[in-house]
Amino acid sequence: MRLPRPGVTALPADPEPLLPNACFVWLAAALALAMLPHLLLHLPAWFWLVFSGMVTWRGLVCTGRLRLPSRWPLSGLTLLIISLVALQYKTLFGRDAGTALLAAMVSLKFLELRTLRDGMVLLFMGYLLVMAVLLYDQSLLLAAGLTLVLAGLLAAHAALQYPATLPALALLRLSCRLLVEAVPVMLILFILFPRIPGPLWGLPKDAYRGLTGMSEEMAPGSVSRLSLSAEVAFRARFTGAMPPAGQLYWRGPVLDRFDGRTWRRSEERLYRQFSYRTEGEAVDYTVILEPHGQRWLPALDLPASLPSETEVSATFQLVRRQPVQEVLRYEMRSYPYYNTGPLQLQGQTQLPAGIDPRARALADEWRSRPLAPGEIVLAALNLFRREPFHYTLEPPLLPEQNSIDAFLFDTRRGFCEHYAGSFVFLLRAAGIPARVVLGYQGGEHNGLGGYLIVRQSDAHAWAEVWLEGQGWVRVDPTAAVAPERVERGLYAALDDPDSLPLLARRGQTWLQPLILGWDYLDNAWNEWVLAYGPEQQKQWLSGLGFGPVDWQDMVLAMVAALTGVGLVVIGLQALSRRTATDPVALAYRRFCAKLARAGLVRAGHEGPLAFTGRVAVSRPELAARVRLIGRLYASLRYGPRQEQEAVRRLQRLVRKLKV
Amino acid sequence: MPVPPSNIVSLDQHARLDTVVAQVGTAILGKEHAIRLALACLLARGHLLIEDLPGMGKTILAHAFAQTLGLHYQRIQFTSDLLPADILGAAIYERQQGTFVFHPGPIFAQVVLADEINRATPKTQSALLEAMEEHQVTVEGETRDLPSPFFVIATQNPIDQVGTFPLPESQLDRFLMRIELGYPDVAAERVLLQGRDRRELLAQFPVCLPPAELMAIQSVVSTIHAAPALLDYLQGLLAFSRQSGLFRNGLSPRAGLALLRAARAWVLLDRREHVLPEDIQTVLPAVVGHRLHPADAYLEQSSSALLEKLLRSVGVPA
Repeated sequence: MRLPRPGVTALPADPEPLLPNACFVWLAAALALAMLPHLLLHLPAWFWLVFSGMVTWRGLVCTGRLRLPSRWPLSGLTLLIISLVALQYKTLFGRDAGTALLAAMVSLKFLELRTLRDGMVLLFMGYLLVMAVLLYDQSLLLAAGLTLVLAGLLAAHAALQYPATLPALALLRLSCRLLVEAVPVMLILFILFPRIPGPLWGLPKDAYRGLTGMSEEMAPGSVSRLSLSAEVAFRARFTGAMPPAGQLYWRGPVLDRFDGRTWRRSEERLYRQFSYRTEGEAVDYTVILEPHGQRWLPALDLPASLPSETEVSATFQLVRRQPVQEVLRYEMRSYPYYNTGPLQLQGQTQLPAGIDPRARALADEWRSRPLAPGEIVLAALNLFRREPFHYTLEPPLLPEQNSIDAFLFDTRRGFCEHYAGSFVFLLRAAGIPARVVLGYQGGEHNGLGGYLIVRQSDAHAWAEVWLEGQGWVRVDPTAAVAPERVERGLYAALDDPDSLPLLARRGQTWLQPLILGWDYLDNAWNEWVLAYGPEQQKQWLSGLGFGPVDWQDMVLAMVAALTGVGLVVIGLQALSRRTATDPVALAYRRFCAKLARAGLVRAGHEGPLAFTGRVAVSRPELAARVRLIGRLYASLRYGPRQEQEAVRRLQRLVRKLKV
Repeated sequence: MPVPPSNIVSLDQHARLDTVVAQVGTAILGKEHAIRLALACLLARGHLLIEDLPGMGKTILAHAFAQTLGLHYQRIQFTSDLLPADILGAAIYERQQGTFVFHPGPIFAQVVLADEINRATPKTQSALLEAMEEHQVTVEGETRDLPSPFFVIATQNPIDQVGTFPLPESQLDRFLMRIELGYPDVAAERVLLQGRDRRELLAQFPVCLPPAELMAIQSVVSTIHAAPALLDYLQGLLAFSRQSGLFRNGLSPRAGLALLRAARAWVLLDRREHVLPEDIQTVLPAVVGHRLHPADAYLEQSSSALLEKLLRSVGVPA
């Protein structure tokens, strides 16, 4: 062991400080924390091996059992892992491959971890990892988890800043304090940073993959598949009383084109206003919509207001300009009673020719009896009611050809899309304008927050029929087969309810209070954090009494608020420093301030003679006076007595000093 | 400004102290700072540890001080077979008188040079260190006072560590200061090479400060004023050394006292009346260098860089 030497002789400049083992432990732990959500959410399993392998390698270097690889082997390893990523994702660009590359680089950086500076680089990569998680999920639970990860990273940061290893508890306390101290700044930035409609920068296309939601077409099986998911589609809060369950038809895509198997939406013009006659009271409510990657917005039958950036089609479907990629909050007004008047759209009886002869025959038979359009609707409903139809999530497979015939006359087991589709087919074959409406029906009331939770399992399909004098009328053929579906939800109505996920079994489990409580928190998070977009921002700030606010005002307000926080911090510091009212100290401070203005700043550790000696060297013309002040101050501050005369002399000298 | 009555060091004595420094400086060239530190250590009644390579002038320094101050000088070469009795002395049976007569060892001197102290066994080391601390020696149940003034200069070779017993920290603590001399600069070395033999030179040194006056000055050191503001600063340093985590252990209260004592002696050498933060800063590397150890040996940060950090981190309040 070499003994440390006292500082009498000069020493060579220190080399770049190495990363102490204790710091490595902190770094490895914090980075593992930051990596964990990626490993759990999306990275392929072999990444566990890559990351833990590199960290273990570096750990063995700490104990001296291994060496870090030199440049060429490391480059080879890097190339290998990059090609593995490319092989896995078939690309190196986009959200998934990009994040995987970041994770790979973080892992590899461990094999290059020598100095404190390398540690810092790794640490900032860790912060980047935390941000990248948000590309995948922005839920409340994840945000809470990421806060913990941040605390870990900050503790590691502190450990690197003070490599002499403060105790672990002190580092953690410091990181928590930093997090808490950051809250005001975070709030200001969150509330005031100007929001623009749409994302701030273009995200790669695959960033939105995996959003679940209802697509704008319907084929056998498409709705029942969705019904197996308990994920929340949207939540709604009513301003007044909630309408009865039988009226909770959340209108989505309206499908009026049929090709024999799939129902689609016809491209139609969009309007900025509604044209129908309302009857009765309006229902006002707020929808907090989970991102579904589509352009349509759910609204109760029939919508009467347009959220921003949104238009309405001739089929009363709300269509947004941009697909919904983030949580969206909008206010709506609907009228449950309405009359849409005369038929304005063409092609509402369109059917492909030559398919499903048995269904057509039945419709022709009704028409030739002859039955009025209203009576044909009843006849079709009676068909579902009388014959042995079953409501099930797992219907038998239907043939590609003549699937409507197969369902109506052979299998007779189906989900709402089967009933809605075949019902509309029958009516169209009978010459009555009809169409399929996709959407959600019902929802679960959360007493805790007073709002309605609508899950994917509430997805539904029904029919709309145009009748002379009444306009478009909603008819739900599923209700004819399983009336409970509308009144009490899917779980109560199904013949095979056990295939439903737990969360979708409304009110049927002892877990229900817990589920609803959590949903309440989740909704608050959605409503106040994720859905805080341009409109909410403007509304909120205008509500504070600022009148109309544009983004320049917001930038101004943000800068002002941040400046305010800064001033408060500076003020608090100055207050704690300026506690002494000792005249000698004050005079000396004034003296130092005068010199500081001339660029001669006293270092914190400089004593009076050292400081004045330094000043005397750099400003020879001041030397005599400055040295005198230094000696006088030193004797007043460090001598046995303070004589009033000497104090006054010091004050005089400082006052007269011109720098 | 009137000089406080307790601070009686006459102008004459101040001048003589300067002469001491100058005269020793002719023996050890170009090392004025180290010489002043060593003198301050002596004035503060402390003992000195010099850590340096052989041939740097450790012996010359000790000898020069003894000669200049008119003190009785003894050199003890420490070896692994040195026994405590070889230092302290022993009672030997005198046949003619029929009694045990005490034969004092080489420690009964005023300036003792303990050369290569880390070569002796811990038992022998501790005999010396106990004598240093107590200023007395107990042999065969009888306690004998050591002469006064009593000044031990111990040397350690930092590199050759084979077969040595490095002093444990508790023993290092007994030394007020640890310094190293280091190589002379080019000019000083040229003068050294041109000049006369050092030993001849030493033999001709006149006594500049008689022992009685030296002891008078020593007694003045502890009366030099240390203001509350100065103690605040000193305590700030102590607290930082304990809380920063830079060092394995913080400075002990004894180290704080040592700092203050050394700084007072330095003030006296500098002809001033009260201790300033600068004085603490000047003596700090020599006083605490051997008492502090880096918390993380892996850091390989030299201890002097850490001391620099310690000094820079603690502010002098206005």
